[in-house]
Amino acid sequence: MKRDTAFAQKVMDEIPSVSRCYQCLTCTLGCPLVFAMDLKPHEILKHVQLGDKEKVLRASTPWICTSCETCATRCPNEINIVDLMDLLRKMSVKEGMVTEQGPKVNDVFLDEIRKRGRVHELSLVIDLKRKTGNLFKLDIDEIRLGIEMFLHGKLKILPTKIKGTDAIKKIFTRLEKAK
Amino acid sequence: MKIGYYPGCSLESTAIEYDRSVRAVAAQVGVELIEIPDWNCCGASSTHPVDAVLTAALPARNLVIAEEMGLDHLAIPCAACFLRFRDAQKRLKEDPALRKKVEETLGKKYKGTTKISHPLSIFSQPEIKKKIKQKIVHPLKGLKVVCYYGCYLVRPPETTHIDDLENPMVMDDLIGLTGAEALDWAWKVDCCGAGHALLRPELVDRLVGDILEGARKTGAQGIVDACPLCQANLEGHQKGPDAPLPIFYFTELLGLAMGLEKEAEGWWKKHLISPKKAVARQR
Repeated sequence: MKRDTAFAQKVMDEIPSVSRCYQCLTCTLGCPLVFAMDLKPHEILKHVQLGDKEKVLRASTPWICTSCETCATRCPNEINIVDLMDLLRKMSVKEGMVTEQGPKVNDVFLDEIRKRGRVHELSLVIDLKRKTGNLFKLDIDEIRLGIEMFLHGKLKILPTKIKGTDAIKKIFTRLEKAK
Repeated sequence: MKIGYYPGCSLESTAIEYDRSVRAVAAQVGVELIEIPDWNCCGASSTHPVDAVLTAALPARNLVIAEEMGLDHLAIPCAACFLRFRDAQKRLKEDPALRKKVEETLGKKYKGTTKISHPLSIFSQPEIKKKIKQKIVHPLKGLKVVCYYGCYLVRPPETTHIDDLENPMVMDDLIGLTGAEALDWAWKVDCCGAGHALLRPELVDRLVGDILEGARKTGAQGIVDACPLCQANLEGHQKGPDAPLPIFYFTELLGLAMGLEKEAEGWWKKHLISPKKAVARQR
């Protein structure tokens, strides 16, 4: 393992509570999605403290985490693990080390807001399928669910565009500049 | 009582029955909901992994509109929107630099004076509870349900502070008013898998499977819910040989017990798993 102390320091400067972890495993024991993660939450904390940048930023963990907040709520050291996951997501995107599809969901979602100010669920699903190369790879459960939802009038066919898209545009222009 | 109303994107589409039943119950108990004109998406779970200013600015634009209208109280039925608004308000209060950036981006002053509530809290105010009790004409006697709160209503508690974080009772108490029995169970604040429904549905299948199994073991005839995403996951990811469990919005049961039978017929049509049988059994 290559120790990157600058990485550890950077994370702990942003979220100082990270240094308090003493591996009690409360986070991991309460995490509903730990079965799908390559590094468990307490392992992420340890690897961050050790400065194991490669391992942490290539982990699936931040993208499997749903920010359900169970870990942070129960942590006896009040470590803000959810903010840590957000920070790791940002760092991993910036360093080009993402190994999961998670960022694509955020991109498509934000595109929806940028264009219309609101999210149109039907467009969101189609755009996401296009972006992940799954437009024509439909799974039978998904087709069934889609048809059911359509038949029950749960899918709004046409999107709503708000009048104040200029204000939304400004918010996203600032975001581009900040990057 | 006049309260601002922020429906959010799901309540225009997959959760339209939630929107309709919230409005119907509010009208019954004398709460006038005033929809925030030209509201925008709160950003849901796609902004906080990206940028702090973006995360605060999207809810803030709506809060500024509410402030300009003189609305000092805002009702938000979607649990995810509710958390995003509360989180933005908290961070803008605690971080003056963030607030300055958001105000510059919006080109408007943000006061931060609006009280943000979930309808569960609004309908639980003592004087409104009293009105609900008076309006119950069709008690749902014999209906056994479990109340499911999920994540964003209760966590993080310092932001949501809606009720106890491991064993909330606010929804159970409201459902108790309808005459239905809200059973005690251990899956109240578990996660449904949320947005994984989009790319990793197998993860949602597993989490929803556990929650449904818990509800069945407890002897529930249905699950009551207060979040459009949880409802969609719990309803859309039921698999296996067991008889399907209907997933109600808490406002639907309140409305039905208040005698909104005709309206309820319209709400049930929007459900993938019809709750009609479960509620008919009680009459």
